[in-house]
Amino acid sequence: MGGAIVPDVRIQAEDFDLAAEVSRLTDGRSDVGAVVTFAGLCRDEDGRLSALELEHYPGMAEAEITRIANEAVARWPLKGLTAIHRYGRILPGDNIVLVIAASSHRQAAFEAASFLMDFLKTRAPFWKREHGADGTAGNWVEATEADEKSSHRWSDFTQR
Amino acid sequence: MKLKYFAWVRERIGKAEEDIDLPEGVVSVRDLLVWLRARDDGYSEALRHPEAIRVAINQTHVDHREPVAGAREIALFPPMTGG
Repeated sequence: MGGAIVPDVRIQAEDFDLAAEVSRLTDGRSDVGAVVTFAGLCRDEDGRLSALELEHYPGMAEAEITRIANEAVARWPLKGLTAIHRYGRILPGDNIVLVIAASSHRQAAFEAASFLMDFLKTRAPFWKREHGADGTAGNWVEATEADEKSSHRWSDFTQR
Repeated sequence: MKLKYFAWVRERIGKAEEDIDLPEGVVSVRDLLVWLRARDDGYSEALRHPEAIRVAINQTHVDHREPVAGAREIALFPPMTGG
């Protein structure tokens, strides 16, 4: 396969199947030597939460994750890259986000997956709101300093 | 131009989107935030700390110095918490 791959970016309410998504990237191919997956799940915060509600900015969510994914494709020799982010009401234990990076060797796949997640957290237009165990809509989750710092690890990545 | 609001910015302002005519003298994103803040209590509450508000013009992140002239769609929202 020659040329840059095209990232598969999906924003959806529906759940995803991690194994099926890996197969979609690797089936029938013999050039992939490494696949790294990251799945982000909803926690119940020690029983405090009954659900998370994810609001997103339709259109920009796809556009922004695609921009980050294309930057990853430009930086690492990838054979495939998938990013799926869900929105709507998500229950503890359920999937929120999936990133799959495939490459010939492991380092590129590890780094690209980590890079994509770091920027997705600080730049993709999604907002989480907590729903309490008693069913009431609660606070919006606050952005963390740690997430912002993580995105600065990749310091030579400047957008626009 | 169309303004869009998300998460607690949307809740405090009390609407998800609206169309506005840009007033004279509103040049940058920063000017827009200052002008909106003076409209009523909801805007004032939503934009009390303008430096905390993230802004996208035509679905691309911009900083507060960005000119707003000619923008089709401007979105205001809190720092993102996806992933």
